[in-house]
Amino acid sequence: MDFRFTDEQRMLADTASAFMQEVADSSATRQAMISDAGYCAESWQRLCEQMYWQGILVPEACGGLDLGFVEQIIVLEAMGERLHCSPLFSSVIATLALRSVPESAIAFSLLERICAGDIVSLAHTEARPDWGSEGVGVTASIGESGWTLDGCARFIPFGHSANTFLIVARHAEGLGLFVADNNQPGVHCQRVQTMDQTRAMADLTLTNVSVAREYCLSTDFEGTLDAVLDAARILLAADQVGGARKSLELSVDYVQERVQFGRSIASFQAIKHKAADMMVKAESARSLLYAAGCIADEWLSGYSDERALCEAAAMTSAAAGEAYFFTAGSGIQLHGGVGITEEYDIQLYFKRARSTEAYLGNPTAQREVVARLLLDGDS
Amino acid sequence: MHLRFTAADEEFRAQVADWLSENLVGEFAAVRGRGGPGDEHCFVEERKAWEQRLAEGGWTCIGWPEAWGGRNASIEQQVIFNEEYARAGGPGRVGHIGETLMGPTLLAFGSDAQKKRYLPGIKSGRDLWCQGYSEPSAGSDLANVRTRAIFDEPSQRWRISGQKVWTSLAHESDYVFVIARTDPQQKSHKGLGFFLIAMDQPGVTVRPITQLTGTAEFNEVFFDDAVCSAEDIIGEPGDGWKVAMGLLGFERGVSTLGQQMLFQTELDEIIRIAKSNGSAQDPAIRQRIAEAHIGLRAMRFNSLRMLSGVADDASLGREAMIYKLYWSSWHRNLGKLAMDVLGPDAELLLDGPYELGRLQSLFLFTRADTIYGGTNQIQRNIIAERALGMPKEPRGTAT
Repeated sequence: MDFRFTDEQRMLADTASAFMQEVADSSATRQAMISDAGYCAESWQRLCEQMYWQGILVPEACGGLDLGFVEQIIVLEAMGERLHCSPLFSSVIATLALRSVPESAIAFSLLERICAGDIVSLAHTEARPDWGSEGVGVTASIGESGWTLDGCARFIPFGHSANTFLIVARHAEGLGLFVADNNQPGVHCQRVQTMDQTRAMADLTLTNVSVAREYCLSTDFEGTLDAVLDAARILLAADQVGGARKSLELSVDYVQERVQFGRSIASFQAIKHKAADMMVKAESARSLLYAAGCIADEWLSGYSDERALCEAAAMTSAAAGEAYFFTAGSGIQLHGGVGITEEYDIQLYFKRARSTEAYLGNPTAQREVVARLLLDGDS
Repeated sequence: MHLRFTAADEEFRAQVADWLSENLVGEFAAVRGRGGPGDEHCFVEERKAWEQRLAEGGWTCIGWPEAWGGRNASIEQQVIFNEEYARAGGPGRVGHIGETLMGPTLLAFGSDAQKKRYLPGIKSGRDLWCQGYSEPSAGSDLANVRTRAIFDEPSQRWRISGQKVWTSLAHESDYVFVIARTDPQQKSHKGLGFFLIAMDQPGVTVRPITQLTGTAEFNEVFFDDAVCSAEDIIGEPGDGWKVAMGLLGFERGVSTLGQQMLFQTELDEIIRIAKSNGSAQDPAIRQRIAEAHIGLRAMRFNSLRMLSGVADDASLGREAMIYKLYWSSWHRNLGKLAMDVLGPDAELLLDGPYELGRLQSLFLFTRADTIYGGTNQIQRNIIAERALGMPKEPRGTAT
C-alpha cells in the first residue's frame, strides 16, 4: 500500500500542468470552444506529438506507452483544471474498448491509429432510458455479405471530428461492437449545440451501413460495455476533480482580493466556511478518484473484478459530480455579481460541472448503483 | 500509487488477526465491540485488564521506537493493526490517550528522564492518562486558559489551581496532562506550561458530567493546590502552547483507521436492519445508505492519502485538516439515518429508567462529535486559514 504518487507520476503531473498552462489558458479555451470543431487542432497535435497522452493506455506493441490508469487520470485532472477542450477523453474510452475485445488485426491497427492521433469515438447510446445497455439505439443484422447497422447514437464527445466510430449495436443475440469510418456511406455525424461549450457533442445517424464481418470486434459486448463505461466514469471524474479544485482556487483568489466593509471578504467566516466545505468535498472526491484509479489498474491487470470496478466508479462518479457542481455553484456565489458575468471563468466551470455531472449517469443514479450492490440480492 | 499490501504485510495482518482471536476470549469475550465513543463508561475494569494483555503480547504502542518498547511498525503495519483490531471487535482502548497523545509528545518534546519515568507505564498498559486542556472559559479558545501553575521554591514543586472540563476517563486515569498559566502577566497563548500531574492526590477532585444519554463519559476536574515535581513540566515555562499544538498534530494519526472500522460495524448494523424491516426498499433511504457508504470509503482514502503523505515529509498535509470535520459530520448523519431506518421503533427504549439501544446512543452521542475536539465551525476556520490561506478572524477584547 502506497497511496501517493510515485516520482514518475509526480513528474507527469507537473508536466501536465505546465503544458496545460501553455495551451489552455482562459483565452485559448474560449477561442477553442466557439470554433467549428470545438477544440484547437494545433494544441491537439502538440498533445499527441509532444505529450503522447493518447498513448498512455495503449499497449507497447501497438506503439503505446502502456502506462497505468492512474497516469491517465493525472493528465485528465490537469485538463479538467483548465477546462481544456479536447477529444482525448473519447480516444481513451475507445482504447479501453479495444483492449477489452478479443485480439484482432483491426483492433490492433485502430490502437496504432489512436497513437498516431486519429480520433476514435465510442458511440453507444441514445441515453434513453439510461446511459447503459438499455439505451443502445443501433441495431445490427447479419446477412450474406456481412453486417448492416441502423439507428442512432447521441452525446458522442467530439464525434463530429472522429475519424472512426466504435459502434455498440444490438443484434439478435445481444450486443456487438462494430467499426465504421466517418466517411462510409450511410454514416452521418453532426455536432449538436450544448450549454457547456467546452465539451462538444455530436449525434450519429446510421442508415443501412454495411460493415464487413471482420469489422465486428465482438458479438458479446454487453458485460464489456458496462465495464468500459465504469472506467469512463472514473476518467470523467478526473476531469471533475480538476475542475472542482480549480473552482475553489479561483473563488478563494477572488474573495482574497475583494474588499468590503473595510476588509477582505475572505476574512468573513460566512465566506471561509463555504470555502472550507468546498475543499472538503473536492479533496474527498479526489481521494476516491485516486483509489478508483488504483482499482481500475488492478482491473486492467486482472487482479480485481468488474464488481469492484463498478463500485469504485459509482462512488467516485457520485462524489466527483457532486463536488464539482457544489464547488462551481458555490464559486459563483462567492464571486458575487461578477460570478454571473460572461467575463469571469467561474461560469464556464459551472457549465462543465453540470454537463459532466449528468454524463453517464448523475449522482442520484450512481448512488442507486451503490445501493443495489449493498442492499439487493444475497451479498 | 497502489492499494495492495505486500506479502510481508499480509503475513503481519494474519499474525495480528490470530493473536486477537486467541486472546479476545474468556473474560474478554464480553468486551468485544464495546467501549467505543459513546460507550466509554462500559466494562472499564475488563478493558484495563485488556490493556495489560495487549502489552504482554507486544501490541501496545507498536509505532514507537524499539528502544522504548515499540515495534517501530511502518505506517502500513499500523494501518493493518488498527483495521484488524476493529475487525476482531477489539474494545475501545482505555490506554489510547497515553499511547497516541502523551507518548508521542514525550518522544518529541520530553527529556530523557521524563521518557524513562512515564513511557514504560504507558507501554505496559499500567498507567492511564487523561487530557486537561478545555476549561469553562477556554473551549475552542484554548489560549484563554486560566488554570495557574506557581513554582513553590521551598518544596521545589509546582502547585496547580483551576478547573478543567470535558475530561474523558478522568475518574479512571492515573495521570493527567494539563496546560496551565505559568506567567499570570500574559493573557494569550504565551506564558503557558505543559504539566504532568498524578490524579491520586488530595488536590485533585473529579466530578462526572451526566450527558443527554444518561451516561457520563466526560468529567470536570478541579485542581486545588495540586502538586507535581519540578521535573514534571515538558520544556520550559512558556513552552506549553508549542507542546500542546504538537500534541494535537498526533491526534489525527493511524488510529483514524480503527475508528473507521467501528463506523463500518455501525453502518453494517443499519444495513442489516434496513434489509430486515423493508426500509431498504425506500428510494430515499437507499440514497442515504449509499451516501453513508461512499462517505466512509472517502474517509478511508482521505486517511490513506494523509498517512502516505507522512512518509514523504513527516508532516500531515492539508488532508489532515479536513479529517475531523468530515468524520464528525458523517457520524452525526449516520445517527439520524439509524433513527430513520428504525422508523417508529426508534423511539422505544430497551428498558427503564433510561436504557438506550446501541443505535439510540449513537444518535444522541453523535451530537457531541461535531463539538468536542474543536467544533465544526472551528474546524472550518482551521481549514480556511491554514489550508486555504484565508485571513484570521480579528481577535476581540472581551474577557
